[in-house]
Amino acid sequence: MSLTEINVTINGKAYAEWVEPRMLLSDFIRETCGLTGTHVGCEHGVCGACTISMDGAAVRSCLIFAVQADNREIKTVEGLACNGEMTALQKNFVECHGLQCGFCTAGILMSITDFLEKNPQPSTKEIKETLSGHLCRCTGYDGIVKAVQKTVQDNQKEVLQRS
Amino acid sequence: MKPAKFDYYRPKDLPEALSLLESSGFDGKIIAGGQSLVPIMNMRLATPECLIDINGLQDLNFIESDDHVLKIGTMTRQNTVETSQLIKDQCGLVTEAVAHIGHLQTRNRGTIGGSIVHADPSAELPLVMMALNGTLHISSEDETRSVNAEDFFLTFLTTDMMPNEMLTEVHLPIWKGRVGSSFQEIARRHGDFALVAAACQLELDAHDRISDIRLALGGVEAIPLLIGDAKELLAGERLTDAALQKVADVVAGSVEPESDLHASAAYRTQLAKVLTARVVHQAYERAKG
Ligand code: FES
Ligand code: FES
Repeated sequence: MSLTEINVTINGKAYAEWVEPRMLLSDFIRETCGLTGTHVGCEHGVCGACTISMDGAAVRSCLIFAVQADNREIKTVEGLACNGEMTALQKNFVECHGLQCGFCTAGILMSITDFLEKNPQPSTKEIKETLSGHLCRCTGYDGIVKAVQKTVQDNQKEVLQRS
Repeated sequence: MKPAKFDYYRPKDLPEALSLLESSGFDGKIIAGGQSLVPIMNMRLATPECLIDINGLQDLNFIESDDHVLKIGTMTRQNTVETSQLIKDQCGLVTEAVAHIGHLQTRNRGTIGGSIVHADPSAELPLVMMALNGTLHISSEDETRSVNAEDFFLTFLTTDMMPNEMLTEVHLPIWKGRVGSSFQEIARRHGDFALVAAACQLELDAHDRISDIRLALGGVEAIPLLIGDAKELLAGERLTDAALQKVADVVAGSVEPESDLHASAAYRTQLAKVLTARVVHQAYERAKG
């Protein structure tokens, strides 16, 4: 079995590990690095549970091999909160009942964080289109959509107050 | 679901990638975005022994155009294409189609070239290539050649490319003048593969008569289906309801889709008919401006 050494930064921390080429990035994050906040549902790119951010873009970690993350910067759900303070989006998930069992939540948070950075004032249709990349079996999505909408409104208020 | 073992190579440039591909024979496979390949590897429907990762080949990540041709490098991410103003201005059909591919998270990673060479019969980019008869530039270690889309797609998931060849860039003709295009599809869920998709681009003369038109459908046959009769039926005329009906009927009569879990053949035929009318109409209205 041939192993390859990779250097990856996850949530600001550097990891140097030897991996088999076929190891999925999702398994690397969960099993090698012990960051189990990233969930694994389908392992073929359908459910979105494993979504992480790689070099600032939301991607499915079950469709990337760990070797491909060599020299890349990764952020997982554990890296969202700053000094123990949850992001506005995370707080709104709590407030708007955006989660029940929480299995899908980590992936959705990573996608929406990327989405709102690129599109700070999305329409409801655009929000729903982005959520279509995630399967949630509990909430019926209503709370999730509300949490995203509230975050958009909060951000807008903040921008207005500052100007 | 875990993939079978493979050897992994990360070439630094195109010559190195092509020489690796040559030496690995039938056991080698290029990985670009991996959004189609990795699922089938995880399910062990594909078990390449040697994976050649071209994500580091920055030379293949570009969007450029001259007066007549839009050129896109094979490693350009779908998301980059979707948000490119140049592409939107010069070949809006591509922009409209790309938005239907998968989801934000897969377009962030998936590439133009990967989707085209995968050649899924209901995928968006092969359909656009067929609709506009784009040109595919292909390289092997000893040769470079180009193929028109009309000769490139052979059957389900199969193209004209040999195992030692790699797609490097695609070229699309830029239409000038009063041009309109439209891409529409029906899928079970947003982001799923289309049950049927349709793409149309047309040009009008100064009197709103159609001077040129290209029409193609996806999801109805093993490869994207070009409706060659469209020009004969519609050119030289303004678009009327009767003409629209006629072209839709011709399409319904010429497609032979298969039934599967997602839709019956009859339903797919109906969708082909309806979508044909919608894209031709929308392209016409857009061209009128
Ligand atoms: S586990 Fe990656 S998309 Fe389902
Ligand atoms: S909260 Fe349970 S799957 Fe979404």
